Amino acid sequence: METTMERPGRLREFWYYFRENRGAVIGLSVFVVFVLVAIFADLLAPHDPTQQYRDHLLRPPAWSEGGDWSFPLGTDPLGRDLLSRLIHGARYSAFVGVVVVTVAASVGILIGLLSGFAPRWGDTIIMRIMDIILAFPSLLLALVLVAILGPSLTNAMIAIAIVQQPHYVRLTRASVINERTRDYVTSARVAGAGIWRLMFKTVLPNCLAPIIVQGALSFSTAILDAAALGFLGMGAQPPTPEWGTMLAEAREFILRAWWVVTFPGIAILITVLAINLMGDGLRDALDPKLKRS
Amino acid sequence: MNKPVVVAHDLTRHYEVGGGIFSSTQTVEALSGASFTLQPGKTLAVVGESGCGKSTLARVVTMIEPPTSGTLMIDDEAVSPDKWASLRSSVQIVFQDPYGSLNPRQRIGDILMEPLVINRKDMSAKDREAQARDMLAMVGLRREHFDRYPHMFSGGQRQRIAVARALMLNPRVLVLDEPVSALDLSIQSQVLNLLVELQEKLGLAYLFISHDLSVVKHMADDIVVMYLGRPVETGPIEDVVANPRHPYTKALLSATPIADPTIEKKRIKLEGELPSPINVPKGCAFSPRCWKATEECRAKRPVLDEGRHRVACYHPEG
Amino acid sequence: MALLRIRNLSVDFATASGKFRAVDSMDVTVDRGDILAIVGESGSGKSVSMLAMMGLLPWTATITADEMSFDGIDLRSVTAAQRRKIIGRDMAMIFQEPMSSLNPCFTVGFQIRESLRKHMNMSRRERHQRAIELFEQVGIPEPEKRLGVFPHQMSGGMNQRVMIAMAIACRPRLLIADEPTTALDVTIQAQILELLTGLQRDTGMALILITHDMGVVAETAQRVSVQYAGQKVEEQPVRPLFSTPHHPYTAALLAALPERATSKILPSIPGVVPGQFDRPKGCLFSPRCSKADDRCREIEPENQPEELGRAKCHYPLGVNEPEMAQ
Repeated sequence: METTMERPGRLREFWYYFRENRGAVIGLSVFVVFVLVAIFADLLAPHDPTQQYRDHLLRPPAWSEGGDWSFPLGTDPLGRDLLSRLIHGARYSAFVGVVVVTVAASVGILIGLLSGFAPRWGDTIIMRIMDIILAFPSLLLALVLVAILGPSLTNAMIAIAIVQQPHYVRLTRASVINERTRDYVTSARVAGAGIWRLMFKTVLPNCLAPIIVQGALSFSTAILDAAALGFLGMGAQPPTPEWGTMLAEAREFILRAWWVVTFPGIAILITVLAINLMGDGLRDALDPKLKRS
Repeated sequence: MNKPVVVAHDLTRHYEVGGGIFSSTQTVEALSGASFTLQPGKTLAVVGESGCGKSTLARVVTMIEPPTSGTLMIDDEAVSPDKWASLRSSVQIVFQDPYGSLNPRQRIGDILMEPLVINRKDMSAKDREAQARDMLAMVGLRREHFDRYPHMFSGGQRQRIAVARALMLNPRVLVLDEPVSALDLSIQSQVLNLLVELQEKLGLAYLFISHDLSVVKHMADDIVVMYLGRPVETGPIEDVVANPRHPYTKALLSATPIADPTIEKKRIKLEGELPSPINVPKGCAFSPRCWKATEECRAKRPVLDEGRHRVACYHPEG
Repeated sequence: MALLRIRNLSVDFATASGKFRAVDSMDVTVDRGDILAIVGESGSGKSVSMLAMMGLLPWTATITADEMSFDGIDLRSVTAAQRRKIIGRDMAMIFQEPMSSLNPCFTVGFQIRESLRKHMNMSRRERHQRAIELFEQVGIPEPEKRLGVFPHQMSGGMNQRVMIAMAIACRPRLLIADEPTTALDVTIQAQILELLTGLQRDTGMALILITHDMGVVAETAQRVSVQYAGQKVEEQPVRPLFSTPHHPYTAALLAALPERATSKILPSIPGVVPGQFDRPKGCLFSPRCSKADDRCREIEPENQPEELGRAKCHYPLGVNEPEMAQ
């Protein structure tokens, strides 16, 4: 036999398709900046986010009239530096995203796998429960859950994870059922593979592509939901510099001081938009059905 | 004559389909009354068109599904689902599509070693790897291919890998489910040669499932022709090809294109379509398309006669 | 004048890892009433060349040709609208998978009437009449009833007949059949091939049959063009091709047929078809050819003259032997 020349590796091919989508590349760069800011918040922030400068209440951004370069984006009603709070807020948002996606994905994938391999009645029971969860408006359900568990950032994350997990279940189940009929799975069964091996070693790695895409997209939903819960007073509690909570605290100053609501709003917008763009790029690159020839 | 490795008697597999709220369940007779023996070092070909039960037969023989009725003996041991695990290593399978039968996320080494990891728990990791690398050499690949992924190989090479995996447990029987029909002509002969060599070297029994009669003629010692889940003719390959006795076999042979433009062929033109296995015609399943069918054929199903070259027909040729 | 004339057609695809040449300077000539078979393995560019001619390739493809004319019309310069007029009327194509080539949302009757409405100036009633006529022509029993049926309610063979009926609906002068029987069973394959050759005989249209099955070629074609890795390596009428192939690849391919085997071990061609990353210099077949020498590995061969099947080889076979008289 002669050699087969190396075909381009998976990663290179992935990057080729990802790069083709310019929005995705921009999204990815913004996301990388977001993650770096979250990690190095302590080094980047000019002030302590909870430090109240009583002499500088509601100071406008540096470039507008009455601004001060020691508070580049101005201060909030309690005299805290807005930029520092936003930078630390990124940390909370990233934290919410990571935790929610991890919890929702791992639970969802597990249930989805079980459902895909379960006999028909088991599958039906699981899927009907998921349908019921999906039938509620997600934010409403999260609100109810938080109301039961008590308002805090942790409970908000749990609630959001519960609300998001049915999406993973459905996605996983769909690709499991699709993969299960493939010959390599039968081949593993003929080799004597047991059900657990089939689930986790044989089938799961081949179902990951759409789940990764869903993970990226639900990362942004999680941030958005956490901000919404914070805004409604059901998420992170003051004085935590969480973006949604910041919005809620500054609500009554909208007319007097535009910057206190604009900057947290823009932060949420940019982050969510960037992650969504990146998710679209991931889908283009990972989903073979949409792959161009 | 050698002792047979596999003896199948009257294997039957029915499926229930439908059964929603508005429809009653229907029974699909995917396989009925299949009997055969497999000898070591010999090849039995199963031939037929889609829906004839070839693939169901493969699934029953490889113990993926239990038969609805009938007995399957492997090495004188009757097969039942509780013995599947212990008998599994005697019967392995190679699939048609080499692109679907290898797990795309596993390295070649892991693909080959998986049967050992599952079935030979006491084997050391080093021995497993050594055996896998030796097996790669045996099927005409290189030992260094161990660390690669399936997508780096061409169709023919993948089929070699699939054969290698099937041989890892030293099986006595290999079920070959259309092993070359997805391959290009120039690759097909390579894989067929490999199969011939391996059979000679290891004394394997092959259950060779195919729709391509020219390949079957080349590979098989015996043949079973199936139509709608039932064997209609069986016997040594030379006899069946030289003088087919069942009208269906005759039609099948005449429909197979021959790569020789100088031969003037008289083709038996079969009317109509293959009926679906959900409503198999009463009597002889082939009767609606058969030019010899009589009242008797439509009323009662013929059974295989006795002898070496057996046929299930009331009006056999020859 | 030839019905279809293609000179020096090349098709390049832009892929993740650079350009990939799928078709390499290919020539095709088809006259009226011709049956040309294009034979080759997967990746030999046999379908791509026809799709390129019909303008059905995705945007990643770059098509170049010295000449590409159908019935005197230059296909390279026609507008998309003009091209659509030709395709489907004067030139039709059927594909390997009849199930996926028909739209599952509409009845087959609707689909066939739709193509008549697009290309022919016919009243509603005439269209219905013509649809029934076509179904009879392709041997579909109870045509009146079958017009109202959806594709999934019929077998593969029947769907392929519907596809053929749609293709010949506007009396095309060229029908391209891309592996028309590969997905079908042997007995159905025989029916469909008979139908295609019968239609060709009756209507006098030209037929291009793309296939990988030597048996199908031997039984249906008049002329055969053998493709290897995007290049045409040989073209001959069918009988001499099977008796005296001039290109080593054709010879090796024929020798590898199990039905020509003389021993249990088949003569096989080592190696695989070159892909995007291992395209050899010189003759593309040289790494697998038993007769290749340094000249083959260095210099790309020219086509031999007509008597030698235009074989793309430095050392064509069957030169000294007298032509096998029929």
